[in-house]
Order: sequence, then structure tokens, then C-alpha cells
Amino acid sequence: MRLTLEIWRQKNANDTGRFVRYEMEDVDHHMSFLEMLDVLNQRLIGKGEEPVAFDSDCREGICGMCGFVINGHPHGDQPLTTVCQLHMRFFHDGQVLRLEPFRAKAFPIVRDLAIDRSALDRIIMAGGYVSVNSGGPRDANSLLIPKEAADLAMDAAACIGCGACVAACPNASASLFTGAKISHLGLLPQGQPEKLSRALGMGGQHEKEGFGSCTVIGECAEACPKGIKLEVIARLNRHYLGGSLSFREAAAGGGAG
Amino acid sequence: MALDAKIPAGPLPEKWTKYKADMKLVNPANKRKYTIIVVGTGLAGASAAASFGELGYNVLNFCFQDTPRRAHSIAAQGGINAAKNYQNDGDSVWRLFYDTIKGGDFRAREANVHRLAEVSANIIDQCTAQGVPFAREYGGLLANRSFGGALVSRTFYARGQTGQQLLIGAYQALMRQVQLGKVKMFPRTEMLDLVVIDGRARGIVARNLVTGKIESFIGDAVVLATGGYGNLYYLSTNAKGSNATAVWRAHRKGAFFANPCYTQIHPTCIPRSGDYQSKLTLMSESLRNDGRIWVPKKQGDKRPPDQIPDAERDYYLERKYPTYGNLAPRDISSRAAKQACDAGLGVGPGGLGVYLDFSDSIKRLGKNAIAERYGNLFDMYERITGEDPYSVPMRIYPAVHYTMGGLWVDYNLMSNLPGLFVLGEANFSDHGANRLGASALMQGLADGYFVIPYTIGDYLARGGIAKAGTDHAAFKEAEKGVEEQTKTFLSINGKHSVDYFHKALGDIMWSDVGMARSKESLERALKAIPDLRARFWKEVRVPGAGAEFNQELEKAARVADFFELGELLAWDALQRNESCGGHFRTEFQTDDGEAKRNDDEYTYAAAWEWKGAGQPWVLNKEPLVFENIHLQTRSYK
Repeated sequence: MRLTLEIWRQKNANDTGRFVRYEMEDVDHHMSFLEMLDVLNQRLIGKGEEPVAFDSDCREGICGMCGFVINGHPHGDQPLTTVCQLHMRFFHDGQVLRLEPFRAKAFPIVRDLAIDRSALDRIIMAGGYVSVNSGGPRDANSLLIPKEAADLAMDAAACIGCGACVAACPNASASLFTGAKISHLGLLPQGQPEKLSRALGMGGQHEKEGFGSCTVIGECAEACPKGIKLEVIARLNRHYLGGSLSFREAAAGGGAG
Repeated sequence: MALDAKIPAGPLPEKWTKYKADMKLVNPANKRKYTIIVVGTGLAGASAAASFGELGYNVLNFCFQDTPRRAHSIAAQGGINAAKNYQNDGDSVWRLFYDTIKGGDFRAREANVHRLAEVSANIIDQCTAQGVPFAREYGGLLANRSFGGALVSRTFYARGQTGQQLLIGAYQALMRQVQLGKVKMFPRTEMLDLVVIDGRARGIVARNLVTGKIESFIGDAVVLATGGYGNLYYLSTNAKGSNATAVWRAHRKGAFFANPCYTQIHPTCIPRSGDYQSKLTLMSESLRNDGRIWVPKKQGDKRPPDQIPDAERDYYLERKYPTYGNLAPRDISSRAAKQACDAGLGVGPGGLGVYLDFSDSIKRLGKNAIAERYGNLFDMYERITGEDPYSVPMRIYPAVHYTMGGLWVDYNLMSNLPGLFVLGEANFSDHGANRLGASALMQGLADGYFVIPYTIGDYLARGGIAKAGTDHAAFKEAEKGVEEQTKTFLSINGKHSVDYFHKALGDIMWSDVGMARSKESLERALKAIPDLRARFWKEVRVPGAGAEFNQELEKAARVADFFELGELLAWDALQRNESCGGHFRTEFQTDDGEAKRNDDEYTYAAAWEWKGAGQPWVLNKEPLVFENIHLQTRSYK
């Protein structure tokens, strides 16, 4: 199969960037999308050109390091699939594919298709955990957790932090990402003591990082390779509102909230 | 050189308790005066860095990925073992200890493995307290599944994403310490050298992968938790970035490398489909709970699997190992698959595959029950192969997965270089010649949460660490070495890419130092590897510059180290004239093709000492003393 690729090339954060066209001959149907780019890069190196920079690590769809936009779709248009798990049999001969990085103010471009997603780490830093030190907690079975709660928490905890939700959102909001963590911890008994302060902290950091607000368009859930549902954002809003009411005084006094 | 493993005296079940009672402690108010460097953010690295921060130490934590949450522990699917005996099926600390020693083919250190089994139960408690969503029964209690090499059900899991959930738990604990200012995180930063001052590991030289800047970092101790070296085979189940550079540079600075020949080939991976293949994807061993492995009895049988009647199928694991059946340990299952394919019974393209068939389980339990247990794995299989495993058996083939060898460490997890600690897959300590399924997660978290926080305190409290800064000559020299290597790579401007050489190295390793090795194949590899390495240094092409984001340059440094490590691996395999666990020498097998150990001569850990480029390594031996269990032929029949 023959393909035409139009790939965003940008040397570093300060470069302006542009699309560059590459013709691909003999693309094998069994290749993954990233393996197709590997083949392109080997060809570029052979010609003395610089290869296309893109991030990937596990190539099994779980580490969350890969991700770029193909013809307007983060990770391509196959549902529940990261770009490393996207195979070429979903494309057809003669297609033109436009590849560009996940675009958001909070995700500066490192090079070509590689971006800086450390803003998502800082959202987790602002409360995305249970405050428990390593040591001798009580026996795991002394805490009964209904299977339904554990399953729902697991659904939300499946988030891989790739940032596709941000790229898909017209507002560049990271609410799906933030809501997923709020839901994972908020659905479990272990997460209850810090439920409201967590939402306040993470919600506040989300805004500080320059992510947009959620207007419930739903593109994020559509693009999510792990099937995180839109309802996690409702939970984020509920906890955030609860937190705003409970911690009004502390927040007004400049406290931790 | 004599190696002192520093195993505490006393009866086995009391050693760790006694160690903790006798160890020196750092005054809580003094902990903030110490800085610990942690390289790696997988289960071992993240749990160690978070725990150090909680104790009050200052921590500098490094990873090459864009965020610590990407470390390859995240890809572990099946589960984590713990001797909880929640199922009332006869499990105990002793049984987990024994299964691990036996699974490792009696080539691991008793005291370390017993400690691992002891702390295993705490890990489940700790992770549950963090909010790790382990699978639950309807009554709200934790669920378990079975794994290879055990007759009890002691594996805890979170769907097929156990590694992900445990890593996210450790990552969240780590992020909490970053927020509190106790841990300083350096993502996209790769360690390129270890700095030793007055005989103690004191710091690292690292490259900022975004700007290319070479920087030095100093601390009171250095902890390496950088994973294994399976990627030296090019194709493996490891992440693309997984590499051995941190441990290898430490080895070149004096840390001994132990048992490199113990490599684990995982039996259930998706077969490769073409030359462009960039990695191999594992299908969790847990699938073997409900899937049956078979090949056609007749050579060259091209019928579709559902048209081959039961009587014409060979369920070879069930036939050869009736007690363990499809749950035979990994090394044994992998070799059995290779034997079937070598005999011309393999299925799929090139005959390099065997069936993993769920049709009986689907008949017995229903499609929904199977989907509940393995749904995400079935989806992943279908995405990659385009085949639906609910209706067609999976095709699987063994692939390089885990490396039991690593830097030599004593009971304290400290290498022979004082101040250099090594955790998780990067060390050699707990799995002997073969690791059992669901034990890697256990070891990573045991080392990070429950062992190193104690043993590093003892090291620091003993004092003697001199004041120094990154202006010390040892740092300057290391920086210069790293900068010169970068310059060399960029100036060769040869005709082949880094991947070209990496693939060629992988081909040598897989065919001559892979699942079955012989004196002849190893000697062939020991000639081919240095030849290829010499070509690499003359003919490699690394485009771009040093002071920029340059992924080819990153790969070049990693592959350069794989060349040296690959050679050492072959030397280690050649000196070990026996078959054990993941090391199978065709000259040493029983009449029915099982591994034949030589306990009289080889009951030792082989710790190799670097003597300089171009010089032969020196072999140091740590005798393995078994005081509590009787060495026997490992049988799963």
C-alpha cells in the first residue's frame, strides 16, 4: 500500500514548525503505525536527513508515552486504541495522512511530534493520591470494598495519562484526566478523607496550568484510548463544588484548602 | 576477590527480624542532611524514592521517560504474589519461599528469598491503603488467581493491568513527596556515568534529553532501579527505551555483574509478523489458567484449528507435566514450545507458533466469564493480529521477557561498591536462574518499600562519607568521558543506523545465546559480537547534534553498552557447564530433554569484574549455601 504523510516538523519549542510531505511505498498491512514511522526514519537516516521525533515506549498501549493526531483524531480514528496499537490494515492505498502533535497551551512541543506533558504530573502532585506513608497499614482484607465500587474505580484508574483528551477538546481541557483520578480515588473508601481537598487542589492546578474549562462537549471521552467515561467529569465537578463550600474559610485565608 | 553477602547469622525465619533489631538508625533530625540519588521510577525506584522522602531524606530521582509514570513496570499484566493464604489453600511464607527457590532452579540466595516472602504480605496491605483497585469478590474481599510454578492461589491482580495499578500507586506516593519538596524529579534525564569518590558511589553524570546538557549530581548514596537488559536481543517484551546503560556504566566503574546468562524467555507472546517488527507483545501468563496449549500431532497439518479433532492434537504441557499442566513454569513451557516448533509441528507463518485455546473454557464457563477475566488481553490480541481469540485459538511463541541476572548485591542490596544500591530487575538477587510469574512486581515493591528504607539507613548511619562537590575531579573526568562519547558518535558518520546494528546484535544473541545454547554456538557468538561491535564503531551514523533532543544519539549510547553486555552474557553462558532455569545448554540435558544441573560444581553466583575495555573479565564466585532446603531435581511432572 502507498501512503502520503504530511508530518509536522519543528526543531524545538522556539522553532515555528511546518508540515513536510513524505511518500511511503510498500507499507505492510501488519505493521503498527509507529513501525511504519520507524521505516520512514530508517530511510531518512540513510539519506542523511534527520528522523522524525516521536515518543513511544511500551508499544503495548499501556505506558501512555505515545500519541499524536492523525487527520484530526488523537491516536487515529480507531476506538479504544493508542497509536502504538494502531495497525496499518485500517488504512487504504493512496491515503493522505496528516500527523501533528497533541496541541494545547499546556503541552509545549519538544520536537516534531514529541510534547511536554509535565502539566499532568503537576495536577497529580496537587492531590492525586492517598496520603499514606510506607509502613504497616492494616490487613488488606480488613477493608471490605464492594466489587462494584472496585470495578468502577478500576475503570477510572485505567487512564494512561497520554493527553489525548486534551488534544481532542476544543477548549484544551484536561477535565477527563483530572476527573479520572478524582473518580478512581473518590469511589474507594481509602480516598474518602481527602475527597474534597483533592478536588480543590487538582482543579485549581488544572486551571493554573492553562488548561481550558469543560463545556461538556464529550470529544475527550470519544478520543480516550482507555474508554474513560464522561461521568468522571461530573464527579470532579461535584467534589470540587463540595470542596469549595467546605473549605471556603480556609481558602479565603490562603490556607491549603 | 572474596564476596561477602553479609547474610545475618541465625535461623532463616529470624534473620530479617534480627537484622532490623541490630541495624544502625539515622536520627530523624539528621535525615534531611542526606541526599539519595535514585535512578529509575518503576516499581522499585518510585517506591524507594517515595519511601525515602517520607522518612525525611532528600531525594533526586531520574528517569529517561517524559514522566515517572511511564516506567516499564506499568506493562506487567497478570499479578503480584503474596503469602496471604486468604484462600485457605495451604499457602505460607515458607511455601512462597520454597516455590521461589525451586522456581529459580536452586540458584538464588536463601536469605534474600525468605525475606522477600516475608514482606510480600505487607505489600498488598500497603498498596491497598494507597487505593490500588485490586480485584474483589462480591463479599468485598480480595480475589486471587493462580500462576505458573505454584499449586496455591496467591496472585493478587487488577484486571490485566496489575503492573499499571501498582505503578500508579507508587507514582502517586512519589508525586506527593515531590509536592512536599522532599523529592526532586528529573524526567527526560538519562544517567550516563557513575561517579566514585574514595571508593564510594557518590553521584551520577546525566544528560538532559531535551537540551542535551551534560550535568553532574552528587549525593550520599546512589540507588539504581533501572530494570533489566532484555532489549539487548532487540526484539523483546521490554519497552523500546528499556536499557542497561545505568547498570553497565556502574559495572565499568567497578560494580560486579552477576549471572548475566540467566535470561527469561516468556512462553506466551504474540509471534512476530515481519522484518519491521519493533517489539514483541506479551500475553499474560494468567491466560494459562483457562487456555490450553497445543500443536497438531501431524507435521505440516495446515487445517484450520477447529477442524483438527481432539485426538489429533498434542496438548504437550498437559502430557509432559500432568501435575502442573499448562501452568508449568516459564522456562519449561518456552522450551517445550521451541521443541514442538523445531519438530515441525508449529502453526502460523513460518511454523513459529503454538495454539493457546480457550474453546473448552468458553464452553465450560461462558464467554462472559472469560471476557471478565481476560477481556483487555483478548482485545489487545485482536488489535495486533486481526483475529478474534473468542472464536480462533491464539497463536503464541516465546520471546525474551526478563533478565534474572544483574548487578551483584549483598543482603543489604548494596553492590560491592560501597554506597551503590541496586533494586528490582537491575539486581541479580532473588530469582536465581528463573523467575516465577507475578514475582517481579513483588520483588520491585519489596525492595523499594520494605528493604532499602532500612538497609540504606544502616549504611548512612555508619558514617565515613566525606564532604565533596560536583567540582571534584572524579565528576569532571566522568563528564569529559560522556562528552567525548557523544562527540565520537556524531563524528563517525558511517553508512548504517543504530537500529541496523542493534537488530544484527539481536540476531546473533537470539540464535546463538537464546533459548538453547551450546559450547559451539557460544564460541561462534563470542567471535561475531566483537566483530560487529568493531563495525558499529566504524560504520554507525548518528544524525543531528549533541545539544538537542536527539533520539538516535540516545539509542547509540544504549546499543554501545548492549554490545559489551551481550559479550559478557555469552562468556557467562559458556563458563556455566550445566543447564538451569533460563540457561539451557544443549550438552547438559536429561534423556527426556529436561535441564540437567551440576550442583557439585556450579552452585554459585558468577560475579564478573570489569578489567578495562579489551581486557577479559575476571570471574568471582559467591558460593550459594543451602542450609534450609535440600537441593533436588526440579520436577513439575
